[in-house]
Amino acid sequence: MKPFDYSRADDAGSAVAAVMARPDAAFLAGGTNLVDHMKLGVAAPELLVDVTGLPLDRVEELPDGGLRIGATVRNSDLAAHPLVRRRLPVLSQALLAGASGQLRNAATTAGNLLQRTRCGYFQDVTTPCNKREPGSGCAAIGGWNRYHAVLGASEHCVAVHPSDMAVALRVLDAVVTVLGEDGERRVPVGEFHRLPGEAPEADTVLRHGELVTAVEVPPLPAGTRSGYRKVRDRASYAFALVSVAAAVETDGDRVREARIAFGGLAHKPWRAERAEEALRGASATDEAFREAAEAELRAARPLPGNGFKIPMARNTLAALLRELTTEERR
Amino acid sequence: MTRTEEEPARPTEPLEPLNPRAVGTSPVRLDGPAKVTGTAPYAWEHALRDPVYVHPLQSAIARGRVLRMETGRAEAAEGVAAVLTPRNAPRLADSSDRALAVLQSDDVAFRGQFIGAVLAASPEAARHAASLVDVEYEVEPHDTRLSSDRPDLYRPEAINPADEADTEEGDVEAALAAAHAVVDETYSTPMEHNNPMEPHTCVAVWHGASDDGEPALTVYDSTQWPYGVRMTLAPLFALAPERVRVISPHVGGGFGSKGLPHAHHVLAVLAARTVPGRPAKLALTRQQMFCLTGHRTPTIQRVRLGADSGGRLTALSHEAVEQTATIKEFAEQTAAQSRMMYASPNRRTSHRLAALDVPVPSWMRAPGEAPGAFAAEVAMDELAHALGLDPVELRVRNDPETDPRDGRPWSDRRLVECLRTGARRFGWDARTEAGARREGDWLVGLGVAASTYPGFGGPGSVAEIERTSDGGHAVRIAAADLGTGTWTVLTQIAADALECPFDAVHLEIGDTALPTATVAGGSAGVTAWGSTIVAAAREFRAQHGEDPAPGARTRSGMPENPDLRRYSVASFGAQFAEARVHADTGEVRVPRMLGVFSAGRIINPRTARSQFIGGMIMGMSMALFEESVLDHGTGHVVNHDFAQYHIPTSADVLDIEATWLDGPDPHAGPLGSKGIGEIGIVGSPAAVVNAVYNATGIRVRDLPVTPDKLLRY
Repeated sequence: MKPFDYSRADDAGSAVAAVMARPDAAFLAGGTNLVDHMKLGVAAPELLVDVTGLPLDRVEELPDGGLRIGATVRNSDLAAHPLVRRRLPVLSQALLAGASGQLRNAATTAGNLLQRTRCGYFQDVTTPCNKREPGSGCAAIGGWNRYHAVLGASEHCVAVHPSDMAVALRVLDAVVTVLGEDGERRVPVGEFHRLPGEAPEADTVLRHGELVTAVEVPPLPAGTRSGYRKVRDRASYAFALVSVAAAVETDGDRVREARIAFGGLAHKPWRAERAEEALRGASATDEAFREAAEAELRAARPLPGNGFKIPMARNTLAALLRELTTEERR
Repeated sequence: MTRTEEEPARPTEPLEPLNPRAVGTSPVRLDGPAKVTGTAPYAWEHALRDPVYVHPLQSAIARGRVLRMETGRAEAAEGVAAVLTPRNAPRLADSSDRALAVLQSDDVAFRGQFIGAVLAASPEAARHAASLVDVEYEVEPHDTRLSSDRPDLYRPEAINPADEADTEEGDVEAALAAAHAVVDETYSTPMEHNNPMEPHTCVAVWHGASDDGEPALTVYDSTQWPYGVRMTLAPLFALAPERVRVISPHVGGGFGSKGLPHAHHVLAVLAARTVPGRPAKLALTRQQMFCLTGHRTPTIQRVRLGADSGGRLTALSHEAVEQTATIKEFAEQTAAQSRMMYASPNRRTSHRLAALDVPVPSWMRAPGEAPGAFAAEVAMDELAHALGLDPVELRVRNDPETDPRDGRPWSDRRLVECLRTGARRFGWDARTEAGARREGDWLVGLGVAASTYPGFGGPGSVAEIERTSDGGHAVRIAAADLGTGTWTVLTQIAADALECPFDAVHLEIGDTALPTATVAGGSAGVTAWGSTIVAAAREFRAQHGEDPAPGARTRSGMPENPDLRRYSVASFGAQFAEARVHADTGEVRVPRMLGVFSAGRIINPRTARSQFIGGMIMGMSMALFEESVLDHGTGHVVNHDFAQYHIPTSADVLDIEATWLDGPDPHAGPLGSKGIGEIGIVGSPAAVVNAVYNATGIRVRDLPVTPDKLLRY
């Protein structure tokens, strides 16, 4: 690990100023991803500005019934929060599907959004990776790509975003509040993460020195049921092969409105707008669910090692929608 | 401190059976309190002054040569004491073992091979400085891809530990052609890595100018075989064996990967020689373990079975293809257990190797038996299906009366009793046709497999008994405790052998200052060391009587057990598993496993159960999770950490139960005990895979059984 300076921020403005001032500086919150990267040589900041002491660790109820989630609220605390559990089951379930108990106790809301891909090549500095070292090439395309993207990838990068929480936030239409040099800006979570395109080194639209301060989640319409389903290689502590977040409103045996996002398929949480469109007004049947999934997944371009993700995503979406549209939950 | 190596007495008469009193009970682990309070010293934790920390430099290519290493920036970094390279590293007195000839040439034979090391004042400084070394290579094309149609496959001279590579009896082809039912399938298992909790660690101190002027070496190690480390290191560094002391009181798991010394031992001593008098501390990172501590070879196994209409095997052929390294051969005995498991008049077994640009494969819990039984026992399940016969019944019908290899009688087989007992306890009669049982979204099935493990454990160890001033007995033997319970069970055995209370035994293990001991491997440790302690205790009583004065002392080895020539001694077991497979996603859960074992006398039911279920869990892990993904482009294991190389989490391990048939094996030595450390992993992968088949009707023949292989499109 490269030697580095460390400071604790007293307020958000000075934290931003401190990181802005040095191109080699980084914010430190839970450290569950960044510290690993420092050990592995993937990241080598010269200055860490610790933001865990900032007053950003609260969950507040907004006048419209939505929630404002502070950037440093720990994943465990957020998952267990009574309002989250009651009103936003998809978010609580997604959080609990992520990482391990120990990691969730340390990881923060902003850190979860900003965590980087777990592509094995990205994390190994002895292999080429365009995300870690632009222009060096992508070892995953011709290598081990079981976990990699089938949607929205580019010839430069096929990594997936590892977060579960962010997939839930995507169906909740959350908004990320960001503090920069010129004050606060609000970024819809759908615009927060990027597809890799020509610049896979940038995971998000954040500029250097900008600090995520909160995530605002509007309320779900009354009668909407939401849930998260993650498929992984073991029962706990594994990244998604495929995950699905959904919020569904039914009218009798028809779907009135559905919001769907996939995890594990793309460089960002993948909002399935074609599937949503196909479901609007459709009858709540397994066949309709599968057709909706297929409408979305028609654009998928699998790699040699991950073609299974397409039927797995279809089946998982169907299973979750079946559960959410069935009156009696198991 | 090193005692003179007097040649001990070794009785020639076979040992009479032990009268068990403490043996068979379950005292809690003697080392437990020290471990849970963090005071049991593991290799890294011995209090040593003024250490240097060693961080290895590793090859970034899989084959070729180091042309140039630019070490200036590393040497100038803060806290750095030295940078070792092939150019400046001390020369070894013997570099004939190329796996241990560390930094003795510029050649690179696999990716991740040591090409240097940084010595620094802190682990962080060493690691950082290591990142500052630039290396220029001459790259040669590498070859890491195992396949069964490689033209360069060869037959090894012998397979591990010392058996013939091929066997042939009768006419397999003719018997298959005439058989009522035939199975002819190819099974594959991936490269796998041992992942003990404690990473491989070696702390070496080179005493360049000790009192008598001769150099000496002290090694604080995490090893399954302290004397093996001494015997290996001494000639490399031109030291007499007694000038090397290896101290290893506690080992945080090994599973075979700490059975033999590896290159990191040599690197630590090379570092220590560079800074005489100072401890050189080297602990491999988790990632480094994936190229430096051995691995289980991938296997490709073709199994052919022929049976008559009564379900009796008429042909059994088991042909294994596996890998080894270019720098050293390791030939895993994958098909060996098919030579003795079932009766068949016609039989063929074979082993073929490809020497690839990979690290040297080595022991991983039940080498040979574990991957071999996966193929053989899934094939038996397929044969049962082809015959319309219950899989338990098929195994019963093919249970051989004597060892098919040589006709020797079994010392104590009782596999049929294991199968029947297990079937009853597990509720085997609830098993349905494949794919016929569904509970909600989950498909449910049951599977069975048989298991065996050879009865190793002969002479080679020496134990010392000494009356202590408190009226107790010191019992000394350089055995190893890998977390398995050696501290406790050898104390039980010594108490019974001396006919004294458990508390009156003061056991000393894990140090080459103690009398020699064989390896904690081959599931042989406790039987070998315990029998030696029995021999020494009897000799002690014969020499010194019932109440000798403090200081009375005896050393003894153990005699050959002539029954091992007359009888075939092995452990056996029956493994049962329930699998639940999600109908939409292919996720697998294993809610229940049961193992019933015939393993002779159980010394300590508490620690034995832990060994059995640990093996069964590792077998379930082999079935469902473990796979070292070798990237053939780079030649390295990509998923080299715990987030990517999957072993079971607590959420994956549900109701796991192990039980055993009572009674000692009358021919297995004075303890009547046999190996229990490895048999748990033998057969359990096949039981899980057979249960998955019974749940889904999908037969998976390549491990691990991940959800994608069970998707029903």
